[in-house]
Amino acid sequence: MRIAVASGKGGTGKTLIATSLALSLEGAHILDADVEEPNCSLFLDLDTKKIATATVPIPDIDTDLCTLCGKCSDSCEYNALANLPGQILLFDKICHGCGVCSYVCPEDAITEVDKPLGYIFEGKNEHITFHYGELIVGEELATPVISRLMKTIDKNDKIVIVDSPPGSACPMVEAIHGADFVILAGEPTPFGLSDMKIVVESLIKLGTKFGVIINKDGVGNNELELFCKENEIPILMKIPFDMEIAKQNSVGIPLVKGFPEYESKFQNLYSNIEEMVKNE
Amino acid sequence: MSESTNVKQVTVISGKGGTGKSSLIASLAYLMKDYTILADADVDAADLYLIFTPDVKEKHEYEGLKLAKIDEDLCTKCGLCRDACRFDAITEDIKIDSFKCEGCGLCYHVCPEKAISMNARISGHYMKSETRIGTMVHARLIPGEESSGLLVAQVRKIAEEVAKEEKKKLVLIDGSPGIGCPVISSLTGSNLAVVVTEPTISALHDLKRILELLIQFRIPGYVVINKSDMNEKVSQEIEEFCQGNNTVIAKIPYNDIFNTAMIQKLSVSEIEDDSDDVKEIQETIKGVAAKIKSFLKI
Repeated sequence: MRIAVASGKGGTGKTLIATSLALSLEGAHILDADVEEPNCSLFLDLDTKKIATATVPIPDIDTDLCTLCGKCSDSCEYNALANLPGQILLFDKICHGCGVCSYVCPEDAITEVDKPLGYIFEGKNEHITFHYGELIVGEELATPVISRLMKTIDKNDKIVIVDSPPGSACPMVEAIHGADFVILAGEPTPFGLSDMKIVVESLIKLGTKFGVIINKDGVGNNELELFCKENEIPILMKIPFDMEIAKQNSVGIPLVKGFPEYESKFQNLYSNIEEMVKNE
Repeated sequence: MSESTNVKQVTVISGKGGTGKSSLIASLAYLMKDYTILADADVDAADLYLIFTPDVKEKHEYEGLKLAKIDEDLCTKCGLCRDACRFDAITEDIKIDSFKCEGCGLCYHVCPEKAISMNARISGHYMKSETRIGTMVHARLIPGEESSGLLVAQVRKIAEEVAKEEKKKLVLIDGSPGIGCPVISSLTGSNLAVVVTEPTISALHDLKRILELLIQFRIPGYVVINKSDMNEKVSQEIEEFCQGNNTVIAKIPYNDIFNTAMIQKLSVSEIEDDSDDVKEIQETIKGVAAKIKSFLKI
């Protein structure tokens, strides 16, 4: 069973939910796919080590063979190559590593070299397995780091929890790809609702089952809840807005550690999701 | 350079989401409205429309990356395209997965039957609107689409044009959370970044990464600590970390007025409230606007 935790707006409690859910279940594998700003490790008391590098293949042009014909730069859809007088210039940060340039080069002057975009880290104990990706600061492409991170999922993993990046663009789609169920961390404010609607639209298009946890319940208004009810979106749980929860969260104490009564709530949540996925 | 062409740009970012970036920028946009064009460049979670209820005057389709299309009549299902595609965007039965296709065109080049064409795809819309604080440029990425960075660049380009036309001195840009492609696109060439953070160890971790990014791009940064009383100790740590190049220019305590204002479709600076706490927050935000203005010499 793979569950992804997503949200449109940032700061609505994705990491809080993902870490507490994983810590409530024996033998969970948790992945932090918010590779631009990964925070799960701050909540999991684990020693982590770098285990892999996520790379993108970028062109390396042999200037002895290159005739400056410009076929590569003309074919590059990302404008990552520019045909300048006397040289082909590569803007490696925007290169997606698609391989078109080396394919179209009539002189076979282009080989590809792997450029690091980010790193994958691992931490483990007898209860939990954890991986996270971290985009190198200054690099633009988060998606390849997320796809490399996803390769750490083992076919024997029984429970996989993915903490997805905020938003509704390609990194989010990559992180929730393959999930049996998506938990949306919803914040009951106008911004929270507006951003959640966008993710709901994506999930409907993708055909993924999902439900909402209302976090910081009590702030804002009840429109998010009404939206869920009108659209028959299951409300899986409510976590009240509570300064004490916020304070513990601010120093990296997972909800289920600070408030142990949540452990059974998260276990029930998991059983409910299992039920919903089964009844497809 | 004449004054009218010299439009300055400020990007408000946060690293971590949910620190109150959009709420702060709404207030700044209101306070600075006489000389500012607001650009909502958080294109996959744009929220400022909820505060400024824009009256859309121009709406344009945005073509981002292309999308491959297979002509079923010509396709012999040889599978060369599927094997070549680096993005797993072609399924076993040779269909294009539009969520995964990044529009590179490799399949188009390798197809021996010339059965694949590359077509424009609408990735979003960008809009020029009238609001009570003047013209606002904003956009919406179609959910799940690529190329948010390109749409961000487009929003900024239009906002700069509008600023020149209307003789405004500043473009105020609302960026996305994170440090990747849309954030870099919202920062490139900006004169100043204002980073909105909060006193949590998550936000501090994210702040360190965003400040490193600013150093790489040689963009000066100001830091605002929002909800500063949520954890005084971490707040202190942030201030200590920022000593030097990046200055903490304001600390705003937690107050429900941010949500109250949002529900009333107002920025915090517009709301009338007699409590001393709210007045103090409004004064602090005025101070932020003044510091931006003085830094940019406008």
